[in-house]
Amino acid sequence: MALAEPKTTSQTLWIERVPPIWWALMLFLLTMPAWANDFFLFQVMGWTFILGMIALSLMFLAGYGGMVSLIQMSVAAMAGYMVAIFGASGMGDISMGLPWWLNIPIAIIIAAIFGTLVGALAVRTEGIYTIMITLAIAAAFFYFTRQNYTIFNGYSGFNLVVPPSLFGVDWRQPMPFYYLTLGCAAICYAAVIYVSRAPFGLTLQGVRDNPRRMAALGFNVTAHRIAAYTFASVIAAIGGILLVWQNAQIAPGTAGIPAVIDILVIAVVGGITRPIGPFIGALIYVLLRTFSPDVLLAFGLSGERFKLLIGLGFLAIVFFSPDGVLGLWERWRTRRSRERDPLTGEQK
Amino acid sequence: MKKALIASVSTAALLLPSITMAQDDTVKFGILVALEGAFAEGGADGVRNVELAIQQAGGMAGGKKIEFVVAPTDTTPDTTVRQARKLIEQDGVDIILGPLSGSEGIAMRDYAKTIPDNTVINGISGALETTWVDPAENFFRFNLDGAQWGAGLGSYVVNEKGWTKVATVAADYSFGYTNFLGFAVDFCRSGGEIVERFWVPLGSSDFGGVIASLPDDVDAIYLGVGGTDAINFLNQYSQAGAETNLIGGTIMADQTVLTSRGRAKDALIGTPTSGPLADDNPDEAWQSYVTAYQDAFPEDERFPSPSLFGVGYYVAALAAIQGLNEVDGDLSDGQVAFREALSTMPLDTPLGTVTLNENRQATGSVFINEVVDDGEGGLKNEFKARADNVNQTLGMSVEDFTAMGLPSRDNPDCAALRDGG
Repeated sequence: MALAEPKTTSQTLWIERVPPIWWALMLFLLTMPAWANDFFLFQVMGWTFILGMIALSLMFLAGYGGMVSLIQMSVAAMAGYMVAIFGASGMGDISMGLPWWLNIPIAIIIAAIFGTLVGALAVRTEGIYTIMITLAIAAAFFYFTRQNYTIFNGYSGFNLVVPPSLFGVDWRQPMPFYYLTLGCAAICYAAVIYVSRAPFGLTLQGVRDNPRRMAALGFNVTAHRIAAYTFASVIAAIGGILLVWQNAQIAPGTAGIPAVIDILVIAVVGGITRPIGPFIGALIYVLLRTFSPDVLLAFGLSGERFKLLIGLGFLAIVFFSPDGVLGLWERWRTRRSRERDPLTGEQK
Repeated sequence: MKKALIASVSTAALLLPSITMAQDDTVKFGILVALEGAFAEGGADGVRNVELAIQQAGGMAGGKKIEFVVAPTDTTPDTTVRQARKLIEQDGVDIILGPLSGSEGIAMRDYAKTIPDNTVINGISGALETTWVDPAENFFRFNLDGAQWGAGLGSYVVNEKGWTKVATVAADYSFGYTNFLGFAVDFCRSGGEIVERFWVPLGSSDFGGVIASLPDDVDAIYLGVGGTDAINFLNQYSQAGAETNLIGGTIMADQTVLTSRGRAKDALIGTPTSGPLADDNPDEAWQSYVTAYQDAFPEDERFPSPSLFGVGYYVAALAAIQGLNEVDGDLSDGQVAFREALSTMPLDTPLGTVTLNENRQATGSVFINEVVDDGEGGLKNEFKARADNVNQTLGMSVEDFTAMGLPSRDNPDCAALRDGG
């Protein structure tokens, strides 16, 4: 970051370096069940964290790796499908009913393998071609799940896929589910932050900025990019499993083309420069999706035009700030710092 | 700065949630309807028809004022469950009217089990499983399912047309199977024979392979495809000669196909189809309903006559209003009295009287139509016959119907039905 902050000395604990706004946000999120209703916890916040995680995996690839991948929703859906197939669901003929400690790792591993394979194909392309090839595979995945009845149960998909009851808690109740998604989102967020500062993440950012120079320095560019896909797939897979638990079902439409595009919209609206962006984008998306018909009706307009409102909202954000909501915030910060005298630090 | 301010204010304005609670002297309906995707037009007609039914009831049911909230879906079960949850938890509705399409219906059946104190009255979704496999106590369906829509057509083509040997081409997904099953059960039991079955993926554009391998020695070909698939098929079929008679599934000869451009659709002339309604049904109840519909909305804001989706939602709203009237708006005790009334009352609808069975699934009438030239260069459906009292098991015993299994590519077994019937 280009901000002129004094360098923190190595003596300070990492915990002291966390800015106060993060403590406030953490407190706010942890105490939310005390004052928000069940609908808000389960539907709005739960869905925000889930979509945020899936978009976070895209942000990781696009922001740090420079690869805009549209496969993330399909990877998430693959994990969701695997939980339904290896775990228990309403489709007893296909589902194997393995216990949770087996089916969840299997689901994540299979989704990661799927994401890695797609990545291995996609990293050989650049820019728009990466988007094309991942979109093509996402479309193929959608049509395959819709047409295949032996594994994916075709058009109807799987219903009654619910989280296991662990430690005597029904994890699908609003409050437990809220904390479950919050916890997973926080872990994924921290993992992305950590990886982005670890040697692997720094190399990846180097590859993004100048692949040729990195190759000349002896780094295996392709391997780094594929590994980035694997890491992103694990995050998307966790989001996908939570998504199938939240809906209690999965069908081809879960990873249909609109859903695939939505993830891109979420990441772009939130901002793909920092890992918090996707979560902001997801919150905006979820609020718009959930409440836009009510807003229209409140103004006495016909509720069926709600998509128009969603589109206008996104257009407004992208128009005023091409780098998403994060960009707005950052520009506001720079403007504030510009108002100070750079030498004395005094307010002009 | 100003730009940023406008941006943040406009964003904030968009995000303002509006929270409302139902009052004691009002009853709140939630209309769960597809307003995105392929069925958006039909879904909008569903909303119009609920408005019409409420308006005809004077805005009151059981002495309470009716309010309603619209929850738009995109026909995916995920969105449907989300929107239903919003209706119940956020908007506080008493009764959900909806959903519109098959897989949404199955998702709502499962969701309904988690809201035992509310009632769901199906809009127009037609999957057999919704009320057949593990049905929910509080899910009611006053429209016929996809299999019932196919009933009556089979015996009609055998008895009236004398077509006993057919090949079938149908869409390879749940509605295709279900609608086909209704036709096949009736057809095979009337002595018909299905020579060969072809399943085509939804949204396919090339039917050349299927058309080439259609057998020559059949009386007719059953077509269970709809929309643009149907138009593509007819185009390629007429280029290949179009020699055989056609029999249409429920979505084969709807307005999208009949009003399409080109001559290919002419291959449809004389094709019998079956479905839940007939536009030119001479019944007085239907005629007065159509007039009321046409009077209620300006011509550019409605269809010429109510669509299939519209009728479904209209009947659902009628059921809710009549049920509330019977119990004087009593929704206490987890709506137990209201549900009892819904289960037992015969409902007079524009499509005839409907009763519910023990799975809370409708028994009612199916209409056989035939495509004819309307004399102005277009095509239209003409009402030919109706099959009354079509029940969920298509006239079979519950045991036989269960033994037959759920609709799939290979079900039903035609030879077994012919010998058994």
